[in-house]
Amino acid sequence: MVFSLLLYSIFKFRGRGLDGGREPAQVYGSMQIELAWTIIPILIVVVLFLATARVIHATQDAPEPAGALDVIAIGHQYWWEFRYPKLGIVTANELHIPVSEPGHPTPTFLQLLSADTDHSFWVPELAGKTDLIPNHPNRMWMDPQRTGLFLGQCAQYCGTQHAKMLLRVSVDGPDDFASWVSVQKKAAVEDAGAIAGRRVFEQNACMNCHRVDGTSADGRFGPDLTHLMSRSTIAAGAAENTHDNLRLWVQDPSAIKPGSLMPAMKLSDADLDAVVSYMETLH
Amino acid sequence: MSSNVITVPVGQAEARPWVDELHQWVTTVDHKRLGILYIASALLFLVIGGVEALIIRIQLMHSHNNFVSPEVFNRMFTMHGTTMIFFVAMPVLFGFANYLVPLMIGARDMAFPRLNAFSFWLSFLGALLLYFSLVGGSGLYGAGNAPDVGWWSYAPLGARAFSPGHSSDYWTLSLLVSGFGSIGTAINIIATILCLRCPGMKLNRMPLLVWMNLVMAGMVLLAITPLSAAQIMLLIDRYLGGHFFDTQAGGSAVLWMHFFWIFGHPEVYVLIIPCFAFMSEIIPVFSRKPIFGYPVMVAATVCIAFVSMSVWAHHMFTIGMNSYANSFFTLTTMAVGVPTGIKIFNWIGTMWGGRIQFKTPMLFSIAFLFQFLIAGLTGIMMAASPFDWQLSLSYFVVAHFHYVIVGGILFALFGAFYYWYPKMTGRMLSERLGKWHFWLFLIGFHLTFDVMHIPGILGMPRRIYTYEPGRGWDTLNLIVSIGAFVQAIAILVFVANLIISYFKGADAGNDPWDAWTLEWSISSPPPAYNFATVPTVASRRPVWDEKHPEDPDSRYE
Repeated sequence: MVFSLLLYSIFKFRGRGLDGGREPAQVYGSMQIELAWTIIPILIVVVLFLATARVIHATQDAPEPAGALDVIAIGHQYWWEFRYPKLGIVTANELHIPVSEPGHPTPTFLQLLSADTDHSFWVPELAGKTDLIPNHPNRMWMDPQRTGLFLGQCAQYCGTQHAKMLLRVSVDGPDDFASWVSVQKKAAVEDAGAIAGRRVFEQNACMNCHRVDGTSADGRFGPDLTHLMSRSTIAAGAAENTHDNLRLWVQDPSAIKPGSLMPAMKLSDADLDAVVSYMETLH
Repeated sequence: MSSNVITVPVGQAEARPWVDELHQWVTTVDHKRLGILYIASALLFLVIGGVEALIIRIQLMHSHNNFVSPEVFNRMFTMHGTTMIFFVAMPVLFGFANYLVPLMIGARDMAFPRLNAFSFWLSFLGALLLYFSLVGGSGLYGAGNAPDVGWWSYAPLGARAFSPGHSSDYWTLSLLVSGFGSIGTAINIIATILCLRCPGMKLNRMPLLVWMNLVMAGMVLLAITPLSAAQIMLLIDRYLGGHFFDTQAGGSAVLWMHFFWIFGHPEVYVLIIPCFAFMSEIIPVFSRKPIFGYPVMVAATVCIAFVSMSVWAHHMFTIGMNSYANSFFTLTTMAVGVPTGIKIFNWIGTMWGGRIQFKTPMLFSIAFLFQFLIAGLTGIMMAASPFDWQLSLSYFVVAHFHYVIVGGILFALFGAFYYWYPKMTGRMLSERLGKWHFWLFLIGFHLTFDVMHIPGILGMPRRIYTYEPGRGWDTLNLIVSIGAFVQAIAILVFVANLIISYFKGADAGNDPWDAWTLEWSISSPPPAYNFATVPTVASRRPVWDEKHPEDPDSRYE
């Protein structure tokens, strides 16, 4: 509306060349008009505000229903840690949540924490974003109505590799979710064929940062690798979880994600192959 | 008033050796020369900040581009933001205020000329400190590095644990030092306006430009001080073992956000109010009518200043404030749209029934009105915090605030350049190059910043050095980058115009636009002490009264 008023006045009152240099009527203002274009916008603002305040209240102060799933999301420099306290599951970067059916709502309530700098959890199709701030626990919830894979990423600048702190949320049907949970609850698969690789893993610094449930590796700085092969990506979504990518990642993380906090371990080719084949047993 | 014109005798302006000339510029306390120094340094940093923007845009042209490393990219957006806000926008506006305020109120200089020079050199030193980080930044490997923490340097990213070395210290010192300069200039502007007005220039007869700069200076005092305080606290954290923002020792990251944005949001108005001031001078002159609703314009400006001091946390809707805080800041942010809307209506009221002259300053002003309107609309959208939970920290926000800063502030500034350049140099800027500049910049601006809204809605966050293919962001980003280059070409045309016209421009005379405020009553460029005899004014448009003795404004006020 204002736009067209502006256009109209520009075209209606454009100077028509030289017309004797006459000045137009000198109008100084009008109190009635000023009052009109003050009061009408104020009324618009009041209406807009009341409508918005209702949405804010409905979103932020929503009570947590009994069937809700609790997840703790912890932001780390350039990856996501997800803990399901009631289910005893720890995973990374790929969040699995159940679809919420109208008759049987199972929304997911996230508690948001940070281990280092500020991050922000944003999956545009599932919910608005909320920041993960150290010493400042936050809360948000999602109530997905359809199954599928939803992409998101860290939205608050958190350091060098902010761009590759990607986020995948898989919204599963009830059966799929239940079977995913049962896989994740198990301890790591023991595979006698990969014993050499396991030794490399446990004798190097790998185990200081990564955890493999049921072994002596119990680090907390990096992602939990107990069920590494159940995830479709590595390095917080920076690369697909394939043999070649895993090998390249262990050999030189900065080739995939420069600025990643995982150091290059400088393993010999034999050790490298062994440790990768060990990781490939972690289903 | 013609008695005020000082004719400079030919021969007096003989060429001096360049060292003398340089010495005069460095030691000057003349408000006009300091104004030009402010403007010139801002133009220099505009080009530098623009090159940084181009590097960012080249990197984002397509997914998985490797033009620069992530580290360099992060430095570029940090330097681009800091440079453009602190060393382009603020200095250039201070420069115009310095140059114009004394002339418009009939004064011979600013209230504190030496403080004025000191403030300018502090700001300039601040800018040099920021760029010295490229050489002396990182204390760890001996090689220099620019800061890469973003222009907000959110805690705890700015803490020593996450920003080792000295690069972010240069950022801190730079803002601290230039902040003191800004405070000095603000005090100077306030004192000048309150104490040095010529006889007859009551507060309600001041040109709107002077009024708005008075409000701007008041806001600088209120906004820069918390920023300076926060920088000092950050230095204490980093070097004296303080824990204000050190989250690992129980400090608060949110505290830093509040400190930063209670500076950061009023800062937007510190920048835009002087641009409202340019509009309020240029639009009347090129519509051949006095400003519509002068007292309401003043009231709206003061109102914006007050309300904008209580909107800062709308930058923090995603940090998990409770629903009452979010509602409060939604309300205040929407409310600031009311006085801003009143201004737009008053400018339209000024053009209504006028005889609009489409000279280059007016073209930029009209584009300003349209673009500022759109920026205001997206602003109201994001004021609604539920929208903001989606759009905040995305490219939508980047597009929104560039619409304000480029589409609003920069367009208004270009208008001001074309309008007052003849006064500052005595030469007209070329209208032909001016039109090229205008249309190229307009096209480039809309290519870049209209399109940039879309990837934000599609989920592209800001400050990422690259993105995954297949998200539907590639083509949009390519268009955005092409637009950036069109803008760069327009800037080159502008710089060429500034230089060529300085030597070959048509003679401006005292009053090329047939305008009405006091600066047009004296020669171009004005002599050292401005007014041979201090003028006396009887209305808001003293030069109109002079030209139309049969129908002076003073009869109606």
